[in-house]
Amino acid sequence: MGKMSVTRCGIPLDNPVIPASGTFGYGYEYAELYDINCLGTFSFKGTTREPRFGNPTPRIAECTSGMINAVGLQNPGVEKVIVEELPKLKTCFRKPVMANVSGFSIEDYAYTCEKLDRQEQVGWLEVNISCPNVHGGGMSFGTDPKAAAEVTRAVKAVTTKPVLVKLTPNVTDIVSIAKACEDAGADGISLINTMLGMRINLRTRKPVIANTMGGFSGPAIFPVALRMVYQVAHAVKIPVVGMGGVSSAEDVLEMMMAGATAVEVGAANLVNPYICRDIVEALPEVMANYKIHRLEDIIGGM
Amino acid sequence: MKQGIFEISENTPLTADVMRMVLKGDTSAITAPGQFVNIALDGLFLRRPISVCDWDASSLTLIYKVVGKGTAKLRTMAPGETLDVLSGLGNGYDLSLTGDHPLLLGGGVGVPPMYGLAKALRAQGKTVSVILGFNTASEVFYAQQFRDLGAQVRVTTVDGSRGIQGFVTDAMADIPYTHFCCCGPEPMLKAVYRASTTSGQMSFEERMGCGFGACMGCSCKTLTGYKRICKDGPVMKKEEILWEK
Repeated sequence: MGKMSVTRCGIPLDNPVIPASGTFGYGYEYAELYDINCLGTFSFKGTTREPRFGNPTPRIAECTSGMINAVGLQNPGVEKVIVEELPKLKTCFRKPVMANVSGFSIEDYAYTCEKLDRQEQVGWLEVNISCPNVHGGGMSFGTDPKAAAEVTRAVKAVTTKPVLVKLTPNVTDIVSIAKACEDAGADGISLINTMLGMRINLRTRKPVIANTMGGFSGPAIFPVALRMVYQVAHAVKIPVVGMGGVSSAEDVLEMMMAGATAVEVGAANLVNPYICRDIVEALPEVMANYKIHRLEDIIGGM
Repeated sequence: MKQGIFEISENTPLTADVMRMVLKGDTSAITAPGQFVNIALDGLFLRRPISVCDWDASSLTLIYKVVGKGTAKLRTMAPGETLDVLSGLGNGYDLSLTGDHPLLLGGGVGVPPMYGLAKALRAQGKTVSVILGFNTASEVFYAQQFRDLGAQVRVTTVDGSRGIQGFVTDAMADIPYTHFCCCGPEPMLKAVYRASTTSGQMSFEERMGCGFGACMGCSCKTLTGYKRICKDGPVMKKEEILWEK
């Protein structure tokens, strides 16, 4: 095992750096830019039972040190992902991938997760109960401990691979939701998804985002994400994957010291498409600067 | 697509709020007129997508209108300063579809990509007609540069202070074109779409996240499926366009 390797839910990662869902497509746009096998893994675009176009445009608004998106889970649907996207990915990525799944009902989640669980390339399922951009689904499951537990149980009942539940920060008590997922059988917790945000165009006096509100991400949310990772990691026994505004090797170390076993990088990919590769390359030197010999040693260690 | 550091060699005004910037650097990722670059600016989170006006092996020309924080910052930059640029983004115009007498229509800051396109089409020996649309005489730029390429140029202004009074569509009826290429604000694209009698290509704009096809921020519906304006576009063929708004 290398000094950057970590083990998450029983599966080893060469390093803890993972592009987050929705910022990395199904991998091959980035594979044209660099060898994505340098990554720990990546979490592919949130996939639903049926194909979705998503929300009307504009879907993007800039903010100070961040951005708002209201894409609304645009994806080709699970069948096409299995038949078209995964075979394409196989040509450029040889590691197990995280399958990010969203849904509008418990049955949706179970159906899509069961299908993806059977794909050899899928190493983990990341169940997104936290998308702020779709009505009647996504986040509504992630804001109630009972609903979160129900989704978790339903997915665990039909799958064999590790299930990480991805949580929304748009709640009063994130710890109670994380614990509910753990009690329902989750193998890990991913957090945080985007924070609900909004911008107004002063010229038109209308929201910049066609959907009015959207998910705020980027470096501005890092301290909030770090705090929530810390709270959850100290309350559950299962691995925690930290994300939210991570954009440097130093941020990765902070997330791990807060208790994250692995770290996802989201919005930063959209600004610098090479950022995850750069972070992986920078980690050994930054670790040396802080006298860290093995990354596994610093998880939760402050 | 390539990421590179480009050095500003020129940043001069063409009109009160339209600037021309020339950048020196590796342009090898640019393959077609109508593509764009995405520029990182200090203090602003997202890159700024700007269409390429013209390019050669070691430099590229951008013409941009100052409309917001990003372009205002760009205006303040001086020769010698450098920019982090993603180049070679988007599909660009397909020259093989244009026949022997293409008509190019550009409106406002939709004019710049038409220049690189006119240059490429003239290099293929085609007869090129160009209609450049502006609001008023003081906003007109590049008419002479198009003429210098050997294109037949008409200028329209909404107020009639220069050239033909009206919109670009008021100047196209008697031109015997084989295909049209168009870039400008959406009302202009719609008007050209309706007025045109041939096949054509038009370039679309949308607020973008990444600019290289990863985030789905700028998706649109077309008659041939969902497309990302940044990666599958910005240029769409007339026959695939679906007007929604």
